[in-house]
Formats: sequence, C-alpha cells, structure tokens
Amino acid sequence: MSRAALLVLADGRFPAGGHAHSGGAEAAVRAGHITDAASLEEFCRGRLHTSGAVAASLAAAAALGVDPGELDLAADARTPSPALRVAARRLGRQLVRAARATWPHRELDALAGRFPKGAHQPVVMGLTARAAGLGPLDAAYCSAYEGVSGPATAVVRLLSLDPFDATGVLARLAPDLDRVARDAVEAGRAAVTEGVDVLPARSAPLLEIGAEAHAAWAVRLFAS
Amino acid sequence: MHLGDHHNTPAVSADAHRPDGTRRALRIGLGGPVGSGKTATVAALCRALREELSLAVVTNDIYTREDAEFLLREAVLPPERISAVETGACPHTAIRDDISANLEAIEDLEEEVGPLDLVLVESGGDNLTATFSKGLVDAQIFVIDVAGGDDIPRKGGPGVSTADLLIVNKTDLAPYVGSDLARMAADAKAQRGELPVVLQSLRSEEGVRDVADWVRARIAAWTA
Repeated sequence: MSRAALLVLADGRFPAGGHAHSGGAEAAVRAGHITDAASLEEFCRGRLHTSGAVAASLAAAAALGVDPGELDLAADARTPSPALRVAARRLGRQLVRAARATWPHRELDALAGRFPKGAHQPVVMGLTARAAGLGPLDAAYCSAYEGVSGPATAVVRLLSLDPFDATGVLARLAPDLDRVARDAVEAGRAAVTEGVDVLPARSAPLLEIGAEAHAAWAVRLFAS
Repeated sequence: MHLGDHHNTPAVSADAHRPDGTRRALRIGLGGPVGSGKTATVAALCRALREELSLAVVTNDIYTREDAEFLLREAVLPPERISAVETGACPHTAIRDDISANLEAIEDLEEEVGPLDLVLVESGGDNLTATFSKGLVDAQIFVIDVAGGDDIPRKGGPGVSTADLLIVNKTDLAPYVGSDLARMAADAKAQRGELPVVLQSLRSEEGVRDVADWVRARIAAWTA
C-alpha cells in the first residue's frame, strides 16, 4: 500500500468533475447564509457533520467490501433531493471514469458496467480507494474532505473571498474531519456485519431545499 | 492489480473506436475569446453539413445555457442533438484539465442519437491560453475576430499558435474598427507556420464555406 496514492486521490486537481460543483455553497451564498470566512466555516462544519458524515461512511463501507448496489440504494434513501441524487450520480460516473484510467481494477469495471449512468459518488470513492490500494479510513477522509474543500473553493470564486482565508477555514476543520473519518470507519465496519441500515442517516434540510431551488435557476456558475 | 475485462463497460477516454470496433465520430473543438463568433460558426457549420453528416453539438456555457439555447432557437439541429455541459466558472478546466463531463455528454449523444459522424464541442468564451485536451477532441479550431484587436495574432498564445485551424472572424467589421487584415494574416502565418488560417465573414456570401471544407477534409482523413 502506497501512502502517496492517498495524495493522488485527495488532490483537488484529480480530474473527476468536482470543479463544476459548489456543494450547495452557491445556493447558500444567494440565500445570504454565506457572506464571509466565518459563515463559510459554519456552513462547512454543518455540511461535514450531516451529509459529509453520511458520505464518508458510505465510502468507508464500500472500501471494506460492502456490496456497492446496496450502498447505492442506501445513498438514495439518505438523499431526499432529486437534484442532489442526480449530482451525486453524475459525479460518481465521472469519478469511476477517472479511477479506471488511474487505477485499473476489475471491481471498477464491474461498477461502471452495473451503473452506466453513475453510482453515488461516495460509493465510487470507496471502491476507488480499494483499487488504489488504500483503506477505509483513507476513503472516509477523501469523501469528508471533498465535502468541505469543494464549497471552500467555490466560495473563493463566488464571493471573491481571500483564498488564504478559505484555506484557513479548511485547516480549522481538521480536528472535525479526523473525528468524522474515524466514526465513518466504525459505521462502515458495522455495516459489514449488520447491513447498510446501520449507516448514519443524518441530513441537512437546508442543503436539500437549496439544491432543489438551485437546480431551477436559469443563471448559475456551478452545476450544484 | 487486476486489468479488467473491458467488454460491455463504457470506454475510459477518447478511444478512436466504438466497443463494436467501428471508428467513432470525429470530435472537433471550437475555442476562443468571448464574443468572437464561436456559436455563430457552429450554427453555420451545422447548416452547411447537416444534410451530409450525422451531427451533434456539445456546448460549454460559463454560467447559463445561452449558447445551447441560441442553437436551439436557430433550429440548426434537432434539440436531442444538442447538449450543454456546466463548467463551474472555469470553461478551460472542462475542456482541458478535467474533461469527464464533456466525454459523458458526447457518449450520451452517441447513445441517444448515434451513430454520429461528427461532434462539435464548443468551449465557453475564454482567454487566449484555452486549448482542448487531446483526450477530448481530435482537432481544434480557435476563433478570434477582427474587433478584438488586430494585434491578437502577433501576441500568439497556445490557441492562436497551435490550433489545427485559426479563424479570423467578422472580417466585414475590419474597416469600422480600424483592423488591418493583411497584418493579421501575416502575423498569424508567422506564429503558425504551415497550419491553416481562414479569414471569414459569416455575413458574406461565402460564409462558413472554407471552414466547412476544412471539416470535410478532416472527416475524409478520419474515415479513410
């Protein structure tokens, strides 16, 4: 197992489509919920402990070998907003393409064949970690971190926020990221023996509502 | 490391062949600065070629669906042959650094209205450094116009210098904006060597004829 593979997968420049998505930040900026670095931090913290924790546990469970089909259904059940389900599958399809090119693996080929229009992105993330020779904790870290780094980058563009302030937000979230990733692995291990129903099902209603409103805008910078 | 069975699973990148072994559609990218006439050139190409080729268009708008909607309004192709990709405030990223959303749009068009002979991929208006990845397109056209300043060919840059075809558009405006067409042509020649340049006005009788002929030649070479 190579530690450096984790850097490749976690790199914001890994070409898996994330650059076109704001993780709900564009809707939150428009609604006046994010106006500066402090409110960005609160937004990211809320996202991390709700949809972020769910995504990280799905990724950890997939990395531990839980059936991707069952995990995909579990992700659907935990994503009330149709717009967010579409975005998650689109990003999953993009990630599986990048992953198959980067770490060729029969499980990724099988996943692409089974979900030609994309499985939920965190599920793909877990299988990608397996293909890269990484473990469930790595998969959980990647998913959790992506869930906050996406909005932080988007807000730099949306509000012309100082990029150093945005990066400082991510650094201050590090202890929370550690906790969410550890808990996600625990949940993933429980899912191996008890099934996917034991995975966390926390949600952030404002993210879901904001995503639905955002999907209907005629003019927007980000796809979600 | 398991090298997977690639049968019946979607292609990873720009394989030149379809899963059944036939040569896939030729992909041509059109890039260039905002307002230089990319969409008008795409529309004119569609009108010129739609009787002889099976065509589709992918647009990369920056923050709206305006380019796709212009093509739909002009009815240059049936709506199911036009697809819009959202680019998250970075049009060059979606055509160069992270091409998966565009690849998927092309694959979906092929699946829904194919087999296609030609896919035109139009970039969102960008700067002089924006070029298409070879993983996305087989050839690229860079479109500048006389009103953007007659020093652009002299300034060069990746688009002007390396595109397979350079279009200097809106030549009918040259007298009104004080642009020296002979100088633009000479500067372009100096930057590009043997690579072709077309000076065009879509308002003239010839319109898009030279560019359409260039596309026909590329198609002939591709299918030879």
